[in-house]
Amino acid sequence: MKQCYVNEQLQGQPRKPPNISFINKMAADDDVESSSEELCLFYKDREEWKDVAPVPQDDGPHAVVRIAYSERFQDVYNYFRAVLKSNEMSERAFELTTEAAELNPANYTVWHYRREILKALNKDLKQELEYISEVIQDHPKNYQVWHHRRVLVEWLNTESNELEFTALILKIDAKNYHAWSHRQWVIQTFNLWENELAYVDTLLQDDLRNNSAWNQRFFVVSNNTDCDDATVEREVTYTKEIILKAPNNESSWNYLKGIVSTKETIFNYPGLDEFCQSMYDKQLKSPYLLAFMVDMCEDKLEAGVDKETTLSKATELCTLLADTIDTIRKKYWDYIKKRLVSRFSEN
Amino acid sequence: MIMMCPSVAGTPLKDVTIKADAPSELLLQKHVDYIAAYSDKVNDYEYVMTEYLRMSGIYWGITALDLMKQLPKMNKEEVVSFVKSCQHDCGGIGASVSHDPHLLYTLSAVQILSIFDAIDAIDVDKVVEFIRGLQQEDGSFMGDQWVSDICGEIDTRFSFCAVACLALLKRLDVINVDKAVEYVVSCKNFDGGFGVRPGSESHSGQIYCCVGMLAITNSLHHVDPDLLGWWLCERQLPSGGLNGRPEKLPDVCYSWWVLASLKVMGRIHWIDKSKLERFILACQDEETGGIADRPGDIVDPFHTLFGVAGLSLLGSYKNQLKAVNPVFCMPEETLTRLGVRTQLL
Repeated sequence: MKQCYVNEQLQGQPRKPPNISFINKMAADDDVESSSEELCLFYKDREEWKDVAPVPQDDGPHAVVRIAYSERFQDVYNYFRAVLKSNEMSERAFELTTEAAELNPANYTVWHYRREILKALNKDLKQELEYISEVIQDHPKNYQVWHHRRVLVEWLNTESNELEFTALILKIDAKNYHAWSHRQWVIQTFNLWENELAYVDTLLQDDLRNNSAWNQRFFVVSNNTDCDDATVEREVTYTKEIILKAPNNESSWNYLKGIVSTKETIFNYPGLDEFCQSMYDKQLKSPYLLAFMVDMCEDKLEAGVDKETTLSKATELCTLLADTIDTIRKKYWDYIKKRLVSRFSEN
Repeated sequence: MIMMCPSVAGTPLKDVTIKADAPSELLLQKHVDYIAAYSDKVNDYEYVMTEYLRMSGIYWGITALDLMKQLPKMNKEEVVSFVKSCQHDCGGIGASVSHDPHLLYTLSAVQILSIFDAIDAIDVDKVVEFIRGLQQEDGSFMGDQWVSDICGEIDTRFSFCAVACLALLKRLDVINVDKAVEYVVSCKNFDGGFGVRPGSESHSGQIYCCVGMLAITNSLHHVDPDLLGWWLCERQLPSGGLNGRPEKLPDVCYSWWVLASLKVMGRIHWIDKSKLERFILACQDEETGGIADRPGDIVDPFHTLFGVAGLSLLGSYKNQLKAVNPVFCMPEETLTRLGVRTQLL
C-alpha cells in the first residue's frame, strides 16, 4: 500500500528512473565524481571528521543482499549512521544531514534527525524555511519535505509566506495533493480564509476540471460561511455557469450536488430541474448530467411527486446510460434502475 | 441524436491508449523471476534509493510471490532475521537497519511475519505499545512518535496501519476504537470519499485506507456504499484502467485501492472486469517481467504486487493465483490461519 502516493510520489507520472542526474552519473560512472567541481572531499578524507568512526551499511545478521553503492553515497551515509548512533548534535552533523537529504530526500530518518539538531542548536528557522522551499520545489511530491515544512511553520507559529509558497507549487502542478493539504492546514491554523475563494476561482479559470480546486471551494464555503442561503445560491449560480461551458466535467457536477445538499435535496432546489432539463432537451448527453437527473428523480420519488412519470423517466435515463452513454458502468446503472423499480413501482 | 459533449475550457480528458501488441496474457513466471531476483540487484540505483522503504518492499515481494504460489523462492530465515533486526527498543519497526521506527514499516513487518507464520520473531507486546502511543486525542494516529515538541504526521493511512497491525496481532483492544473511527469519519467528504485529513480531497488511496479501517472496526455503516461506490467506479476510464481521482491518468496501483474498496463494499461488479483485466495485463513488461503503473513504463515491485492482487480480486487466472484479502492485501489463507475477520458488505 505504500509507494507511489505514499512516499516518493509517483502517482500520475510516467515512470522513469528518478531524475537526479548527478546521482545517476555517480552511480554509473566514478570518473564523473572526481572531475566534478561541486563535490567536496569525501567525509573519510576530511581532517575535521577524523574523530568519527564511519558505520558501514549493515543489512542485518544475514545480509539479504550485497550492494555496491556509489562511493559518495556510501561515504555520506557511513558518516550519517555514525552521528546518528552517537546522537551527535553539532553543526557538522547538521551539514551532513543536508548532504544525506540531498542524496535521498525520501529518507525519513535523515529529516527526523535534522529536526532534532535544529532544536538542539537553536538554529535559524527562517533560514531553514528557505532551504526547505528549495527542496520542495525539486521534490514536490515527497511526504517528508512537506512534513518538515509544516513542523517549521508550527515552530515559527507564523503563516510566513505559506499561501504564496503553495501557490507557487500549484502553478507548476495544480493538483499537487501535498500542496493542497498544507495550504488547507495553514488557512485553518492562521485564519487565512479571506482571499481563498478568489484564488480558487483563478485556478478554475485555468482548468475547470481541476478536482482539487473544486474540493478547496467546498472546504472554504463549508468551513467559513456556514453555507447560508445566499452563499449556496451564489455557489449554485457559479457552478451552473461552469457546467454550461463544459458539461462533461465530473467535478463540477459533484460539487453542485454537494453544495446544494448542505441545504436541500437537489430536486427541491429552485431552478435545477429546469437547468438540467434544458440541457437534456438540447441533446447534450453528458453522463454526469444524466446521473444528476437520475438522482433528482430519486429525490422526487422519495417525496412522492408524480411517481409514475418520474419512475418511467428515471428508468429511461438509466437504460440510456447503461446501454449507450456510459456502457463501461452498465452494471452500476442496471443496479440503480433495479433499485428504483423495486423501491417505487406500484406493483 | 446524441451529441457527445465537446471539451471546452479545461485540460482534455486524461487517459492512455493500449497498443494492439500489448501483453494480453498473464506472464506469471516472468513476474516470479523478476521478484525473486530483485533483492540480488547489485549496484542498482533504485534499490539503494529505496532503502528507506525496504520493509514495505519486502512485503510487496513476498505477498506477490505468495499470491503466485511461489513463496518458497524467498529465503524465510533471512527475511525474518532482517525484520527482527529492525525492531527498536520502543517496539516500533524501521524500514531497514538504522532507520527510525515508523508505523508504515511496522505494519509491513507484521504482514511479512504473518505470512511466514513467524510473528514471535519480534516483541509483539512492544509493537502494540508503540502503536498505542501513536493515537492522538482526536482519535487520529501519528506515523511516528513525538520527540520533544516535534510532532509527527497525521494521515488516515496511519489510522489504517494502526488498526490493521493490531488486528493481525489480535490486540485492537488497546486503542480507543470509537475515537479512531470518529476521526476517520471526520475525513469523509461531500462526494462520499475520504482524504488524508479532514477537508482534504477524496483520493482512492486514502479511501482504501479509510474503508479498510472501518471494515476492521466493524464500522462500515458510516459509509454510503452506493454514493462512494459510484465515485469509485467513476475511476474507470475508457482504457479500462482506474485513476485515483477525477481527471488523472490511470495507474495499476489504483486497480488495487479502488477495486479492494469496492470489494469491501460489495460492489466490485460495478467495475468492467474485462476492461480492467486488459489494462493490467497491458502494464506487464514482457522482457523483464514485472508490472508498471501504466503500459510501456518501467516496472517495480509495488505495481507488480498490486497488478497481481488486482487480477486475483477480479477472479482472473484462478488456477494460478491465490485468493487475496481485500482489506489487508495478503493471501486469504493467511487471514484464515490467523483467525482474523473483518466486516464486508
